[in-house]
Amino acid sequence: MNPSIGKGSMSTASSSAAWKAGDVVPDKFPAGLRVLVVDDDPTCLVILEKMLRTCLYDVTKCNRAEIALSLLRENKNGYDIVISDVHMPDMDGFKLLELIGLEMDLPVIMMSADDGKNVVMKGVTHGACDYLIKPVRIEALKNIWQHVVRKRKNGGGWKDVEQSGSVEDGDRQQKPSEDVDYSSSANEGNWKNSKKRKDEEEDADDRDDSSTLKKPRVVWSVELHQQFVAAVNQLGIDKAVPKKILELMNVPGLTRENVASHLQKYRLYLRRLSGVPPHQSGLNNSFISPQEASFGPMSSLNGLDLQTLAVSGQLPAQSLATLQAAGLGRSTTKSGIQMPLVDQRNLFSFENPKLRFGEGQQQHLSNSKPMNLLHGIPTNMEPKQLATLHQSAQSLGGLNMQVNAHGGQSSSLLMQMAQPQSRGQILNESTGSHVPRLPSSIGQPIMSNGIAGGVIGRNGISDNGRGTGYNQVPPTTSMLSFPMNHTTELPGNSFPLGSTPGISSVTSKGAFHEEVSSEMKESPGFLHSYDIFNDLHQHKSQDWELQNVGLHFDASQNPNPIQGSLEVSPSVLVHQGCYSSSQRSGQNRNASALGRAMFSVVEGTEQRNTQNVGQHLNNLLVDNSVRIKAERIPDASSQITVFPEHFGQEDLMSALLKQQQGGIGPAETEFDFDGYSMDNIPV
Amino acid sequence: MDKNLSQRQLDMKRSLLDQGYLDEQFIQLEELQDEDSPNFVEEMVTTFYNNSARLLENIEQALVTGPIDFAKLDNYMHQFKGSSSSIGATRVKNECTRFREHCTAANAEGCIRTFLRVKQEHTILRTKLETYFQLARQAGPSASGGGAKVR
Repeated sequence: MNPSIGKGSMSTASSSAAWKAGDVVPDKFPAGLRVLVVDDDPTCLVILEKMLRTCLYDVTKCNRAEIALSLLRENKNGYDIVISDVHMPDMDGFKLLELIGLEMDLPVIMMSADDGKNVVMKGVTHGACDYLIKPVRIEALKNIWQHVVRKRKNGGGWKDVEQSGSVEDGDRQQKPSEDVDYSSSANEGNWKNSKKRKDEEEDADDRDDSSTLKKPRVVWSVELHQQFVAAVNQLGIDKAVPKKILELMNVPGLTRENVASHLQKYRLYLRRLSGVPPHQSGLNNSFISPQEASFGPMSSLNGLDLQTLAVSGQLPAQSLATLQAAGLGRSTTKSGIQMPLVDQRNLFSFENPKLRFGEGQQQHLSNSKPMNLLHGIPTNMEPKQLATLHQSAQSLGGLNMQVNAHGGQSSSLLMQMAQPQSRGQILNESTGSHVPRLPSSIGQPIMSNGIAGGVIGRNGISDNGRGTGYNQVPPTTSMLSFPMNHTTELPGNSFPLGSTPGISSVTSKGAFHEEVSSEMKESPGFLHSYDIFNDLHQHKSQDWELQNVGLHFDASQNPNPIQGSLEVSPSVLVHQGCYSSSQRSGQNRNASALGRAMFSVVEGTEQRNTQNVGQHLNNLLVDNSVRIKAERIPDASSQITVFPEHFGQEDLMSALLKQQQGGIGPAETEFDFDGYSMDNIPV
Repeated sequence: MDKNLSQRQLDMKRSLLDQGYLDEQFIQLEELQDEDSPNFVEEMVTTFYNNSARLLENIEQALVTGPIDFAKLDNYMHQFKGSSSSIGATRVKNECTRFREHCTAANAEGCIRTFLRVKQEHTILRTKLETYFQLARQAGPSASGGGAKVR
């Protein structure tokens, strides 16, 4: 019998030396693998240590997560893999998992006596490379080295490998994949794209890194991470691309790839912070989960934006989820709201890439007219028109991103959009069976919020169900929708939900509720907008879910001719990050994507008294997540929250209210915002 | 004599396994035992009992003091269960599971009842293991650990 077996002595010095030796896999591998095991239970800890030593690993044990972290930080390259318990008194195991992933990028295995599916799933979503059920058997530990090798192999170039060679490749690989992802995500959903992107990246990396197993790893120290976060915030979460972040950080030796992989993890981390429930808005988890790895274009937008929003407190987790879902699910929604492509396009013409939401929306868009806004793929919308919207849309999309920046601006923009003039335009346009105008009128900043998109969408959408020549989606509605986007920013924006009968969603800012209850009532004046909402509503608020937070406008691709134009808007709105894609009038759930939350708010308002709307709006606004439930778009008429005027918080509300009163029926305040607490909308 | 003692030790182990007091995990622990740590299993069991006494006390406190915090109870018991399972204490573990079910159902009376059973199993096992280790010590190092030779 080999006396050395079972002895831990071997594992020490020699093993570590072996690993450090260089690129070649040490002969003794996996002996000498440096394992850090964390568990608060002393019995388990000792048993694990014993087992690991038996496997000839180099074991360090600690019973507190904090200690583990400091050990890891002090000795950046001192460990190869970490095994941690899930339930620990001082820190949640998953949190530790994330931190390690972000800072040190080490493979982490989770353990627990709990074998419930949810917990295991949590491990997966938080990035654990494996999950062991206690009591752990030695057989399970014998193969943990595979995770180390795998990570090095796959993540080498992709992650923190500082190799110049891989940088270029990685860059090249990443960029195209990103684009591809964006566009395709719309069609397939985020996670597929992310996977694809990941694969592409991995391929590139493999090529570069296959020769070496151990690569110098960039350890994301706290300082470095701070710099990273600062850079990301400075750029704006939607504009935070690795290259720019790298430039801003200006850290010698840091590669774009390092930043890219770190960014991905950071996004996941933010998402988690926001507490996005996996099943929000009816989108299936797939959206959320796959996104973890790498938010697909859509997810990235959604995730980032939402996250940022959420993190910044602007977007309630729910809205985030909704948005994401919306963004993701948009493609599927068939919200009848078809934002007038024209408008939408303009709106979204702004850099599509960031509008990841658009991707999902793409689908919707394609239906009526692909709103590439989101994806970045220019939709049919004429840029010029949409430009304004675009801006807003952008902001919307980036609800988190830029919207915040806009703050009140967007609302005002939206308001502008909602301005009667636009309204007129929109109306006219709507008649034309699409609300193309929106963009022009909306040109205002509103769009920036992205709400504009929503607004636009609304106009077009209103007709989904209807098919009537409502096209006249009151421009205001569309406008209104935009304001919704503002919501993200406008914490206090009081989207005049009330006033926008049709656009109820608009007000809801960002947090588009999936359920944009397109209850747009059809008020004679608005017609369209309401229709959209109606349709949306009719169809099923649920569809809003698809809305993908991004702009669901796509979703709104209303089949209705009128709505057609709106399509864009919804997506735009959605993009914005939370427009309540509720726009989708019934059918265009897509629109809801945007503002699902927003729309619902807006929509709800349609029928409701402006006050209620206002309140809802307030709530929405407050939450920044306009969770407009598209559900209520009773009839475009009333609900379309056309924000003709200013979208300042109060203004919005009043605007909405006014509108409502003007042409739409009393806006019903009952916004059934799903999941979003729209109760605090300051009126 | 050694042989008898070894045999007795083995028999006892077999009986403990058959009666469900211990499970495969315990065997795993024994297999870990080697020349470097000849009393590994006994040490582990001792560590377990020291640690678990503290946990049990926490649980008991939580049960008798003021309004019952089921979440906390569940948490404690989860830890205790994990610890018990790591040495292969099957019966104890099973009682823990039942206890947690009562926690989930917020059934105070059920919790108290099962807690008493947990404690009982915990104590019974300790006695048996003490006997077992005594036999093991007497039988000599070769008789246990490293995969006890099955006769």
